[in-house]
Amino acid sequence: MKRILKGNGQNGLAPKTKGTRAAFETGMNLLFFLCGAVAVLFVLFISIYLIVSGLPAIREIGLAEFLFGDTWKSTGKEPQFGILPFILTSVYGTAGAIVVGVPIGFLTAVFLSKLAGPRVAAIIRTAVELLSGIPSVVYGLIGMTVLVPAIRTAFHLASGATLLAAIVVLAIMVLPYIISVSETALSAVPKEYEEASLALGATEIETYFRVSVPAASSGIAASVVLGVGRAIGEAMAVMMVAGNVANMPSLLQSVRFLTTAVASEMSYSSGLQRQALFSIALVLFLFIMLINAALAVLLKKGKKS
Amino acid sequence: MQEAILTARGLDLYYGENQALKKIDMEIPERRVTALIGPSGCGKSTFLKTLNRMNDLVPNVRIEGTVEYRGQNIYQPRLDVTWLRRHVGMVFQKPNPFPMSIYDNIAYGPRTHGIRGRKQLDEIVERSLRGAAIWEEVRDRLKKPALSLSGGQQQRICIARALAVEPDVLLMDEATSALDPISTSKIEDLIAELKKQYTIVIVTHNMQQAVRISDKCAFFLMGQLIEFGDTTQLFSMPQDKRTEEYITGRFG
Repeated sequence: MKRILKGNGQNGLAPKTKGTRAAFETGMNLLFFLCGAVAVLFVLFISIYLIVSGLPAIREIGLAEFLFGDTWKSTGKEPQFGILPFILTSVYGTAGAIVVGVPIGFLTAVFLSKLAGPRVAAIIRTAVELLSGIPSVVYGLIGMTVLVPAIRTAFHLASGATLLAAIVVLAIMVLPYIISVSETALSAVPKEYEEASLALGATEIETYFRVSVPAASSGIAASVVLGVGRAIGEAMAVMMVAGNVANMPSLLQSVRFLTTAVASEMSYSSGLQRQALFSIALVLFLFIMLINAALAVLLKKGKKS
Repeated sequence: MQEAILTARGLDLYYGENQALKKIDMEIPERRVTALIGPSGCGKSTFLKTLNRMNDLVPNVRIEGTVEYRGQNIYQPRLDVTWLRRHVGMVFQKPNPFPMSIYDNIAYGPRTHGIRGRKQLDEIVERSLRGAAIWEEVRDRLKKPALSLSGGQQQRICIARALAVEPDVLLMDEATSALDPISTSKIEDLIAELKKQYTIVIVTHNMQQAVRISDKCAFFLMGQLIEFGDTTQLFSMPQDKRTEEYITGRFG
């Protein structure tokens, strides 16, 4: 390739340019490589930084005490650093969001890819895209002003800022991910499968649920995992609607998530408290790494079949 | 004349503005093999798909005229298409087994129509696989994915899957064109066997195949049915000049 572009000395192109052109190519190659390396370096840097700064507090508090302690009193006279409430809140909150969001998102995806007419599908798709573009602070804001008062009235609570509010907001936030990834997987199912099923006398709905959905199952599973990752990492919106109190999680109580635990105390923390916040971030980071690994496995499986 | 099981009368079919079938009149006899031949784009596959209304899936398709299956117009608005397709089954050009086990592929149809009993399903699966002459090859690996089989075996699985719902008519859309010669001859033998029990309509590009396997043959050209008659007659003494030109290889 390079050689073809160079002058051969006979057509008037000076062979002198050879050196500068080759150097330019090498230089550009290096530039591309460096840009690619930036992403890798950042991930490495963040991982190492989190591990280095997250481990001291765990060592001092003790791993079991830190992970399974049910009391977080970081500023007390005898501070306690148990993050079980945060872990459980994050797990419950995410699970709740998935339980609510997946059926809606999944059925929407089936509707979009198989049943909806082109015009209706275009409207819904646009709405879904917009939904994914709304900043989380806006979700938080609306949750705070609409959802939280509604929950307070509905359940006669002192405050509506609860795990339930967070679950509802997270469920809406994961919807676009579940819909678009599931829809892609469903649309990729070969038409021949569906034709074969219809030709056997199955109805369209039977065909979609007994042939198309199983054939797209790994993509649909990937959408759920992506939703989990999105929900567990969300901080701003849940901070605004969940009340941010370090309780053990309960549906109608104020709770604090792993993300919000870090965010809410970081600005004024010091000493062991600050180190413990880094440890929380490390735990969250490990969760997300785990989810990404699961996602990679699922997507790989999907590609194979 | 054998009694007609499927009868098309004045059948017109349009894809949008484009007329793909023009006033087709045709009587397909029961328990015979009827071959549809003609150059690409002549409407033979389109006609085949009107017989079990698979054309319903094509957007902007419009159909006029009637097709009767055992005396019932299958284009009457209140007809249950699933009922029709259960009786008029289809095998496609490209083998398209579901990404499931061999067993589940065959059991799919019966399950769809409400058969749940394990024993009954086992029987249907065995009978259908025997019917499609593939039982001996797969009896030890019914739980294996159907997609792990060879193309020719997959196509026989698809035939078995179609037989499992006990159809009356089997439509085959170039069912051997994606297969090697050995698999093709196996399926041709199978068709000869199946016609004792089923009515078969097959679209084929291969005129030798039409001669080998069919009793009746229909020649389509540019959306029209040019000639329809006994296969031996049509190939030895074609009535229409265009048929003669096509079967002697002057075009197509």
